[in-house]
Amino acid sequence: MSPLDDLKTAIKSRLGELDCVIGWEQGYDQLHATPLFIRSEADLDRLVIGPLAVHNLATYLPGLRGKKVGIIVKGCDSRSVIQLLNENLITRDDLVVFGLCCSGVVSHRKIRAALPVDPGFVEAVDLSTDTLSITASGQTTILHMADIAADKCQICQYPNALIADVLVGSPQESKVLTTLACQEEFEAKSEAEKFAFWQETMSRCIRCYACRNACPMCVCRDFCISTSRDPLWLGQENTPGENMMFQLIHVSHLTGRCTECGECERACPVDIPLLLLRRYMNKQVQDVFEHRAGTALEQTPPLLTFKVEEEGIKERGW
Amino acid sequence: MKYITKKNLLRLTEELSSVYRVLAPVAQGGTVTFRRFHPGMTLDMHSRMAAVSAKMATLPQTESLLLVQRVEENKKPELTETLPQGKTLVMGARPCDARGKLLLDPVFITEKIRDQHFIHRRENSIFITLACDQPETTCFCHSVGSGPADTAGSDILLTLVGEGYVAQAISDQGQEIVTHSFFEDAQDRGQQAQAKHGHALELMGQAHDYSSAPAKILERFDDMDFWEVQSAKCISCGACTYMCPTCYCFNITDNDLGLTSQRIRTWDNCMSHTFTLEASGHNPRPTKAHRLKNRVGHKFSYYPDLYGGIMACCGCGRCIKQCPTGVDIRQIVNAAQEYAQ
Repeated sequence: MSPLDDLKTAIKSRLGELDCVIGWEQGYDQLHATPLFIRSEADLDRLVIGPLAVHNLATYLPGLRGKKVGIIVKGCDSRSVIQLLNENLITRDDLVVFGLCCSGVVSHRKIRAALPVDPGFVEAVDLSTDTLSITASGQTTILHMADIAADKCQICQYPNALIADVLVGSPQESKVLTTLACQEEFEAKSEAEKFAFWQETMSRCIRCYACRNACPMCVCRDFCISTSRDPLWLGQENTPGENMMFQLIHVSHLTGRCTECGECERACPVDIPLLLLRRYMNKQVQDVFEHRAGTALEQTPPLLTFKVEEEGIKERGW
Repeated sequence: MKYITKKNLLRLTEELSSVYRVLAPVAQGGTVTFRRFHPGMTLDMHSRMAAVSAKMATLPQTESLLLVQRVEENKKPELTETLPQGKTLVMGARPCDARGKLLLDPVFITEKIRDQHFIHRRENSIFITLACDQPETTCFCHSVGSGPADTAGSDILLTLVGEGYVAQAISDQGQEIVTHSFFEDAQDRGQQAQAKHGHALELMGQAHDYSSAPAKILERFDDMDFWEVQSAKCISCGACTYMCPTCYCFNITDNDLGLTSQRIRTWDNCMSHTFTLEASGHNPRPTKAHRLKNRVGHKFSYYPDLYGGIMACCGCGRCIKQCPTGVDIRQIVNAAQEYAQ
């Protein structure tokens, strides 16, 4: 049986006790998957998994608190589930986790860059183990999965779900942990160059807050600091300065909590490389607190606790 | 019919940018958005539809309405109305952008209310539109009364033929522009453009009939179970609204900066909690299901009920294509239309 069949069998046996199981189905065209809320066996027929199932479904969990929910997670998504549990934002007893052993998902941006025409013109998609063949506007392009994998997949340390009531598929090996070229390139810039970079990039931002709402750890939801009017923490005008200010608030609020799932960057409709900020911040957290969010149950995020003396922070004897 | 080469269109855009504030599709960081065009930049008209619509030409995301200046603490402040200045030209809009712009008119220009800021921008903007060669998987303009070569709202319609464009002047202002020496006679290219228009429409397939949508959506108004199912995957962000050529809701904020302050108008979006939050703390649209019901209902039921049956949607598909979770407004309206008790 294929992992998908195994998964369907596992879900079928638990569906009766659950309000819904969150998975993926084909979206508006063959190239795009979309979240699927499985409520009946008929819905289950539409379930898909694989490299096009890009969404981190853990984002929905805090909003479904109080309901009995099943969720399908990739390795990276499972970190968000763990982090939410560690912060007491969801209840383990109300959750059934169907874990996947994941061999990576695609980056739609990389696909778009690699195709001769816009992927909006897609006509057919053929998926094999290592390649994705896409026909758009009558032209067929064969893309290698290694070239179009999301950045996070290229350095993935946790391909297999870290928390699962049912784990399907054969366990995958972790990738070599290196720094991504795009991150190195950005961090090598001078302060002035970085400033110019964000000035230009943030002038594209339309403050739709897709980055915020797609983030599984952005749990303030309707009570975000950015929409508070009194006090008016953040100017409502759409300027690079205010837009960047929002991003810095977002990043700060994720210190020690961000699981680097990349949903913020994936959700951005104008391709702002938001992970540059997240990865940088996560590296600081790793260096100072030796903490990587969502990798173990019972972890406490460093900023949600207090120590009189932090080992990693030199407070005296400068 | 006139004809202009690609090279001359760029030169024309450069020339026009000395008279108009030109907004044009520009590729940057892997995406295409409408940006202020300056000589020396390149146009990215073809590779893809701009991620954000050209709505900002007539309804900018942020605009100043009023300046308040208090010279001395105890004196009455001076109020200055800040009306928009100058003219805007949109180069390389799509027919959906141009049509979308028209759908805002009955809202901002009524017998009782005449929005001076909107009217100024509307009367001082020119749309040079590019006809679409082929539909994307998310396009459905032909189902909402438009089409890939719709001229509504455009001043000039360009159609790519060979290494240039057939230019069809639609308005008097468009007519004036095509008299420029960069344009030559289209000769038989006009027929080629016509053929392309027909072909593009054919590629779109059968149009969907939305005529029953207003009544059918209203029938589901109190059926929150329906809307909860439809909105399950929505994350309640504002991407769909801000991408949309026809979403016009705005917010007004007083940016208080001490002795001076500014009253600004910014885009608002009905998917946000604060959109209907009342001063008492009560929110008539407390969940994303309520909000998405409003978004879909407004476009396919309440607006057409108010304004002669026209859907408040131009079928550009940006809300579908750009949605982080792939919420498809066509599917939601279909579900309401096909709903069986």
